[in-house]
Amino acid sequence: MQDLLRRYGTGLTTIFCLMVAFWILVLIVLPNFSMLFESFFPYLPVSELDGPKDVFTLQNYEKVLANPIETNWFGIPITIPIHVSTFVDTVFFSALVTFMTLVLAYPLAYFLAKVASPKSIPTLLLLLFIPMWVSEALRAFAWYIILTFNGPLNALLKGLGLIDQGIRWQNGIFTSYDAIVIVLTYCYVLFMLFPIYTAITSLDTNQIEAAEDLGSPWWRTHWRVIIPHAKPGIASGCVMVFMLSAGSLLVPTVVGSTKANWFPQTIYTWFNDALDWNTGAAYSMIFLLVCIMFVILAMRVFKVKLSDIAK
Amino acid sequence: MSAGIDLENVCCDFGTFRAVDNANVSIKPGEFFSFLGPSGCGKTTILRMVSGFIEPTEGAIKIGGKDVKGTRPNQRPTALIFQNLALFPLMPIWENISFGLEVRGVDKATRRARAEELLKLVDLPGAADKMVSQLSGGQKQRVAIARALAVEPSVMLLDEPLSALDLKLRQHMRAELRAIQKRTGVTFIYITHDQGEALAMSDRVGVMSQGRIQQIAAPRDIYDNPVNGFVASFVGENNIFEGDVGAVSGGMAGMTGAHGSFRAKVSPEAQGKALKLYVRPEHTVLSKTKAAENSVEMEVTEVAFEGAFISVHGVAAGGKRLSAEVKNDGVTVVPGVGEKVFASFDAARALLLPDANVRG
Repeated sequence: MQDLLRRYGTGLTTIFCLMVAFWILVLIVLPNFSMLFESFFPYLPVSELDGPKDVFTLQNYEKVLANPIETNWFGIPITIPIHVSTFVDTVFFSALVTFMTLVLAYPLAYFLAKVASPKSIPTLLLLLFIPMWVSEALRAFAWYIILTFNGPLNALLKGLGLIDQGIRWQNGIFTSYDAIVIVLTYCYVLFMLFPIYTAITSLDTNQIEAAEDLGSPWWRTHWRVIIPHAKPGIASGCVMVFMLSAGSLLVPTVVGSTKANWFPQTIYTWFNDALDWNTGAAYSMIFLLVCIMFVILAMRVFKVKLSDIAK
Repeated sequence: MSAGIDLENVCCDFGTFRAVDNANVSIKPGEFFSFLGPSGCGKTTILRMVSGFIEPTEGAIKIGGKDVKGTRPNQRPTALIFQNLALFPLMPIWENISFGLEVRGVDKATRRARAEELLKLVDLPGAADKMVSQLSGGQKQRVAIARALAVEPSVMLLDEPLSALDLKLRQHMRAELRAIQKRTGVTFIYITHDQGEALAMSDRVGVMSQGRIQQIAAPRDIYDNPVNGFVASFVGENNIFEGDVGAVSGGMAGMTGAHGSFRAKVSPEAQGKALKLYVRPEHTVLSKTKAAENSVEMEVTEVAFEGAFISVHGVAAGGKRLSAEVKNDGVTVVPGVGEKVFASFDAARALLLPDANVRG
């Protein structure tokens, strides 16, 4: 603060602080509190607002436990409320997307940071960035086309003689969420790549060489030296990809099969189709809370501190 | 246990730049061998070729008589101590030291015990559970040595490991390194640009310039009988005279130039090349009267007190700078600034040397 004052003077410093305060309070804290508040009141016609029915209630939260359906998870049949089922699927497949992006991004990040010649880095980064210049909606639609029954992917596989019959990718081979997982992985892989790339770049190459010189095979050097160093980058990449995937509305809407429901779609339905903002707010709150808890739990398991991610 | 290293006609190119040119050296098992040279002379390249991070463009490297071409660093019996040490900051000290054993599948209890043992060897007991960041420069140095020793290498490669330390610690670590080398009997290859370090520690020194090994000899030989002007200048100060070299007889030759006629030693290898006369300041004597031979008049411009000796700088005819070291024994007269004196030297102490051996 002293430093800020000395460098920019009282006037500019005040403006900076006010702008940050406005951003945090008015654009983040206030809307969330408004949602939290609304979520505890019933959805009523305008005429009954402030009437005897407009009282504090938990009924919006209870709705998530209504409508049990019979489904099966990995072959085990269970009965579960439909929205809880969607919720669990969303968290599970978001975690899967996070894992897939990590598996794809880590080797690439290592290659960019330590293997590729410094001269080729700008070109390689540009190649990675170009797809990001296209909007997420267009990229999702492009994947919709790629994955359709008579689309280029099936044509290619048939042409190569790998398959006889076209595959209905959007219905899924493993689960009905295949298409969503593929496209989310594609959309968010760079959010995983860059934090890891930055982390590995900051590792002294001598440490990798020292490990090798001491007899370490490549995998142990990664396990004991490079990954521990890159852990903050991996952690922030994972948090970002998980939260973005779990919160994605567009990708599941465009490429998801009829059987694949993503929780943000459920929330969207409450807000937009049912026009029941109160229940939508309650669902959002549950979703936010559980996702944060999931992330904290994952950080505990992998022994990552919050301060690591902030770096 | 310890192994010899042979470099046979080793060359290393980076693109069109030849970093190491035709290096030939045979390092004996258990020897403390230093490569000495200015930065960019190719000494680190030699070290990285021996450890396996770079493959020579031409020639062969043999460790213990075996050609190691194509062997990765993790398969070579060498341990490298990096200039910046490259300790693993996220592991405690004992895991750093025992990392090489962990790689070899040694169980945890044995590893821990071995790490404690090595910490005693490098005089750092009780540091096992500390983190790297908690240690001082000299302590980190010892940990790096212990980590390299843990894998029981046949050859230790040291890349200017003392350059980051302050003078006092550096001198202490010199003795320490030498003692550890004697105790373990491991072959040490030491890279440095500090001639004092190389001369004080090594059994033999290889002086390098522009990718070529100029001379391989014991420290004393390097200093007293350098093979060329580069070696003479790199390991110490010189007064240098130019002129025309006369006939050689009995290993001595005369030289006549702008500052008069001189007589100096000349080696058979140097004959027939362009030569200059080199004489060390400590072999240059100052007197009021002109000596019988090899004597040049100069005006004293600076008298610097160095403790054990006094360094006298002066200018001779034509702006030629000369210096002499006068022993601080209380007997020898030290001339004052502005005085005219004669700087003389014994012909047996002066050498006629060619320039450095570099690529034309």
